[in-house]
Amino acid sequence: MKNGKQDSIDLAKQQSELQQMQGKQYWRSLEELSDTPEFREFVEREFPSSPFDGGDGLSRRHFLQLMGASMALAGLSACTRQPNEKIIPYVIAPEHIVPGEPLYFATAVTLGGYATGVLAESHDGRPVKLEGNPQHPASLGATDVFAQAAVLGLYDPERSKVVRHLGQIDTWENFLGALAGELASQTTSKGVGIRILTETVTSPTLANQIQSFLGDYPAAKWHQYEAVGRDSFKRGAQMAFGESVDCQYDFEKADVILSLDGDFLSQMPGSLVYARQFANRRKVAHDSHTMNRLYAVESSPTLAGTMADHRLTMKAGAVVDFAASVARKLGVDVRGSIESHSGDEQWLESVANDLKGHSGRCLVVPGEHQTAEVHYLAHAMNDALGNVGNTVSYTQPVEINPVVHAESLAELAGDMASGVVELLVVLAGNPVFDAPADLNFAELMAKVKTRVHLGMYEDDTAELCHWHIPQSHSLESWSDARSFDGTASIIQPLIAPLYATKTTHDILASLKNESGKSAHDLVKGTWQASHFGGNFDDFWQTSLHDGLVAGTQFASKSVRLRTGVHLDTAGATSGIEVVFRPDPHIWDGRFLNNGWLQELPKPLSKLTWDNAALMSPATAARLGLENEQVVSLTAGERSVQAPVWILPGHAADCVTLNFGYGRRRVGSVGKGCGSDVFPLRTSASPWIAADVNLEKTGEVVPLASTQDHGSMEGRNLVRSANLQELVQHPELIHDMGHDPDPSLTLYPEVEYPGYSWGMVVDLNVCTGCNTCTLACQSENNIAVVGKEEVLNGREMHWIRIDRYYEGETENPEALHQPVMCQHCENAPCEVVCPVAATTHSDEGLNEMTYNRCVGTRYCSNNCPYKVRRFNFYKYADFETESLKLLRNPDVTVRSRGVMEKCTYCVQRINLARIDAKKEGRDIRDGEILTACQQVCPTEAIVFGNINDADSKVVTLKADHRNYGMLTELGVKPRTSYLAKIKNPNPELVES
Amino acid sequence: MADQVLDKKEHSHHTGAPLIEPGHSYGSVTDKISSIVLTRKTPVAWFLGFSVAFLLLMVFLGSTAYLLMKGTGIWGLNVPVGWGFAIINFVWWIGIGHAGTLISAILLLLRQEWRTSINRFAEAMTLFAVAAAGMFPLLHMGRPWLFYWLMPYPNTMALWPQFRSPLVWDVFAVSTYATVSLLFWYVGLVPDFATLRDRTKNRWAQISYGILSMGWRGSAIHWHRYETAYLLLAGLATPLVISVHTVVSFDFAMGIIPGWHATIFPPYFVAGAIYAGFAMVLTLSIPLRKIYGLEDFITMRHLKNMAKVMLATGLIVAYGYMIEGFTAWYSGAEYEEFMILNRLTGPYKYVFWSLILCNVAVPQLIWFSKIQNSVVALFVVAMFVNVGMWLERFVIVVTSLHRDFLPSSWDMYSGTIWDWATYIGTIGLFLTLMFLFLRIMPAISIFEMRTLVTDDKKSKAE
Repeated sequence: MKNGKQDSIDLAKQQSELQQMQGKQYWRSLEELSDTPEFREFVEREFPSSPFDGGDGLSRRHFLQLMGASMALAGLSACTRQPNEKIIPYVIAPEHIVPGEPLYFATAVTLGGYATGVLAESHDGRPVKLEGNPQHPASLGATDVFAQAAVLGLYDPERSKVVRHLGQIDTWENFLGALAGELASQTTSKGVGIRILTETVTSPTLANQIQSFLGDYPAAKWHQYEAVGRDSFKRGAQMAFGESVDCQYDFEKADVILSLDGDFLSQMPGSLVYARQFANRRKVAHDSHTMNRLYAVESSPTLAGTMADHRLTMKAGAVVDFAASVARKLGVDVRGSIESHSGDEQWLESVANDLKGHSGRCLVVPGEHQTAEVHYLAHAMNDALGNVGNTVSYTQPVEINPVVHAESLAELAGDMASGVVELLVVLAGNPVFDAPADLNFAELMAKVKTRVHLGMYEDDTAELCHWHIPQSHSLESWSDARSFDGTASIIQPLIAPLYATKTTHDILASLKNESGKSAHDLVKGTWQASHFGGNFDDFWQTSLHDGLVAGTQFASKSVRLRTGVHLDTAGATSGIEVVFRPDPHIWDGRFLNNGWLQELPKPLSKLTWDNAALMSPATAARLGLENEQVVSLTAGERSVQAPVWILPGHAADCVTLNFGYGRRRVGSVGKGCGSDVFPLRTSASPWIAADVNLEKTGEVVPLASTQDHGSMEGRNLVRSANLQELVQHPELIHDMGHDPDPSLTLYPEVEYPGYSWGMVVDLNVCTGCNTCTLACQSENNIAVVGKEEVLNGREMHWIRIDRYYEGETENPEALHQPVMCQHCENAPCEVVCPVAATTHSDEGLNEMTYNRCVGTRYCSNNCPYKVRRFNFYKYADFETESLKLLRNPDVTVRSRGVMEKCTYCVQRINLARIDAKKEGRDIRDGEILTACQQVCPTEAIVFGNINDADSKVVTLKADHRNYGMLTELGVKPRTSYLAKIKNPNPELVES
Repeated sequence: MADQVLDKKEHSHHTGAPLIEPGHSYGSVTDKISSIVLTRKTPVAWFLGFSVAFLLLMVFLGSTAYLLMKGTGIWGLNVPVGWGFAIINFVWWIGIGHAGTLISAILLLLRQEWRTSINRFAEAMTLFAVAAAGMFPLLHMGRPWLFYWLMPYPNTMALWPQFRSPLVWDVFAVSTYATVSLLFWYVGLVPDFATLRDRTKNRWAQISYGILSMGWRGSAIHWHRYETAYLLLAGLATPLVISVHTVVSFDFAMGIIPGWHATIFPPYFVAGAIYAGFAMVLTLSIPLRKIYGLEDFITMRHLKNMAKVMLATGLIVAYGYMIEGFTAWYSGAEYEEFMILNRLTGPYKYVFWSLILCNVAVPQLIWFSKIQNSVVALFVVAMFVNVGMWLERFVIVVTSLHRDFLPSSWDMYSGTIWDWATYIGTIGLFLTLMFLFLRIMPAISIFEMRTLVTDDKKSKAE
């Protein structure tokens, strides 16, 4: 229909027709409006009138005809031949992959540069859980909390995902272009304006790359800085031996241990191994009553302190005096302005005598965060006691370039201030946040022309850099690293990078203008270059498979102690002293966005989601302070604020500040958590700041602690005794409780003809390190609830570490007790559930059927151990895509309104059962490791079949130390505890 | 019939004060009571009261909607305190719901005819209190939409409820009680519905009351069957008064938590329920008789009798408190001992001592005849008991749970704004139903009141 045809569209007529119409009339086109015959014909053609549109409506006959035809046609369509297209079945599966069964790959995770070997459990190509690598010398099958939380870090939806230039999204190629330009301008000056800042480097490949780059640009410099560095150790070793060394201990051989304000059970390279060795010497059984003895001198309470047989508190500044006094008694020639320790003469005397009496079989361990002088004295004491070569050995340093970090960073800061630095490449780390406050690092950043940052998060440093490159997680990248004894591991990726992220190797490669080289090739190249003899491919395969490069452990070397070293130290002053410690879970702030670590109750304080100014009850009382009151701490012009938390057993007039919290640039998880205390930490006093002024601000910050009550109220929940008492009265522990006569029931005893599961927890070796809690969280898809909900008392952990204090408040004995579902034989939760959602299995497990639970919470009320956890809200995140990859597919993710609790890792039991059935045998003892058991550094948790008389769990349950908690209620728990035993020095007990 | 009349007369002489003020005839009683319902002009006070009640009902709906949207986390619950306001309120309402059936059934069987003027609205109060109570077990569940899993019904999961759980017994006890109470109340209303049907001028009211009266014509056979049915229902309801709160007490007594696990609980709970119920009847009847001018029907003698029942049951409750303490001491069980000390001196001691003040100390005033004869004083005492009984449940539920066996899991509990909103909301539900009841149904049994008139006249004739 063309516009020209006058007769087809008559506008005037249309308008008059439109005026005549009433009500709402819609017209689709001018043609329709004019209603020409052509248009009607067009409509008829386009939309043929329905067969129903007969003139006389729809007749019955017509309807039946149509329906008959429709049905016949509908039937016919089923006879259509499908096209002959072949699909490929999953018959020839990819190698090793059995759908539904996990694969384990050996790799390593690092903290502070030191590697721990792990086995990553991979489901359909996604890592969901890390276990310790039993073959790895730094793991022995255990891990620390950071390794457990690594998978959450991998899938953190708030990780940095894109390259940013001046805050805007950019591309890797543009970065390479910009970098090439910068490097070109530095070629003539041999790189005099280039600075690379890394964290501790133990990676041979990265070191090679850096060295090679420095070869190209000899005037460029490599600096290293990490807030939790080992500067005191390095300086102390230099003082003692005049060279850089690393030092390893053998706690298994040590009968007497003196710990000088440190925590060898955590927070020290090799601490997993040390914890295992230490625990092996504390496992008292029927037949063996040999036990080591630990003396701990402490300012800030540590886990090692809680395990000590004798513990002495003093200011951190006074420890050096104490060490010097002990050293003098041991015959060490201590020179310099150092004072003698005053007070506690008997203690000092006894320690010295005990050490002397065990020459060659004792150990003095200095704290990582003590001064270099204390480290020197410890080396000297071990030397004097003949421990070197027995309980202490020295090797070449594991760190490839063992510089003192504070000095290295100060040098960089000096260059930045003088304007020499033109290109600063920050390879991981967050110096803007955690550099010593006196360096004013953030301000100096502005003086550098081009600043590049590689990091997992767009953090404070990224904000001040021109370029930010997202860093790959260690589970996504190739690399290598060494552990505390030098053993090298190759870090292999478990998953392709989730986002377009880069590794340190990639950055170095692009600095070398070799951006085509992949990290894999670089790492492989390093090892190929150093490989002699044999087939390299076999070597490579074996190394990857085992998770370590065989034979790379450093040989011990002989060192000569320098005597007559002049020790200049001020010792303790009378004012308030601040000791800085890395946060036990957030570390230097890098894990601030990790919900698992945030919500993990910190050892002893049981705080979550915050740091605090920790101080002793007496100090708080003297200063008129209460929990949660915010104080400002001032040293010179620097000042920080933090809420008070009173910690029994803390040294008097001393405040512990855990740094790492209060980062300004952080994801939604870490936002607003805690207080930044770095502004008080200077290069001169990285760990101990004397004479700090403390004032109350009047503010109050609520702190979320998971345990409000520290006293056992005289109940025999954690039973403890001295070794001598136990030897004299073997039934001592049993006599502490009153177990009801098992015959006091009207019902016949339930028979468990097959398996009957049970657990024993050895309280004597539980160090309270919390790793079991986190391993359980990772294994069982346990939700994070947030600070508000912890304050509401709704944390979800299936296993918690109860911490009780005994004795005087200033130096009490702290007792750790892991508590999970005790799988009671007469479970009080089961009888009260109205819908049978929690029931007893024929293997003795107390099982929870989430689908059936209606959420009356009666079971939780009736549980004497209060181990049940309720989903008051929909805590689990069902929406975030990356977190879906995190879940263990063997464990249901719980939704709102259902109860949950420890299952004894029933999914692992069933996995073992399937394997055993396939092989037509019974499940072997030790074949099932619950998540908490597997990760425990001290093997404090043992699980097994109570019906198997030869099983380890039965042996332990027959021990004199074995007792059940609250057995007087008649609930018959399947989990029992081995009592805590102390081995005090008789000299000190009598006094 | 004559014997019965004689009994009644003697009884009324025995207790002195009249059950109905002199000067009333059949007609005047019927006029007075039915006019409250049949009047065209609804009193302004009713509208005022109803709007407040309705507003509170909306608070209930709002907080319930939010609860269903978010989950029980909006309440102050935690681990260890898994039950809080919801269960406290449930037990409180159920307790209040005891007086109605007690007054109607047990006092009927005991031929305490002073009950006549208060039984109707006491029964209504029971029903509405049970309705309010019933809300809480539903709402406190994590997944309330699955509440029917607590009922035994054939299902594809081939699962019964877990019959050992006291919560399942609760379902049966409360639903049976609600059903029987409803029937009892309705059967009692039938003759009065017929009266209203006959007297109303409004066509719709005629039809509605006509349907509700189920064809009641007042024939001798009707009366005969009515009396039999009513008596049977009374017999049926009587054990329920005891059983419901016994079962409710099992929710606690079957648990192993110190402070719950006590054999005294069933009688102590039943006494507490009657105590609370009578306090609530007093609380409601005192303003009611004032506003509607029913002083002739709800006389001082009624108020006094109720006060005396309150005093008696209150003493039983006080005995319960005492025995709890005694058992804890006598048992020598450290957890029990700690529980009592914690109640008396722990962080919730103010709640406990307030409870003692409200439930034990203040009601002793009833011993004085001056207090007995003061309407205001009785109202104040009843209000104390209402509050006290709520506090009692708080003490039982919260202070037992918040510090149980392992000190590591001890925690504190307090209600959130949503806890309060839900609680106040159910008061709204209760009052809304009550106001509607007062407007459309006879709050006092007309035909039973007329029997009292007859007595009076006869006694005068003698």
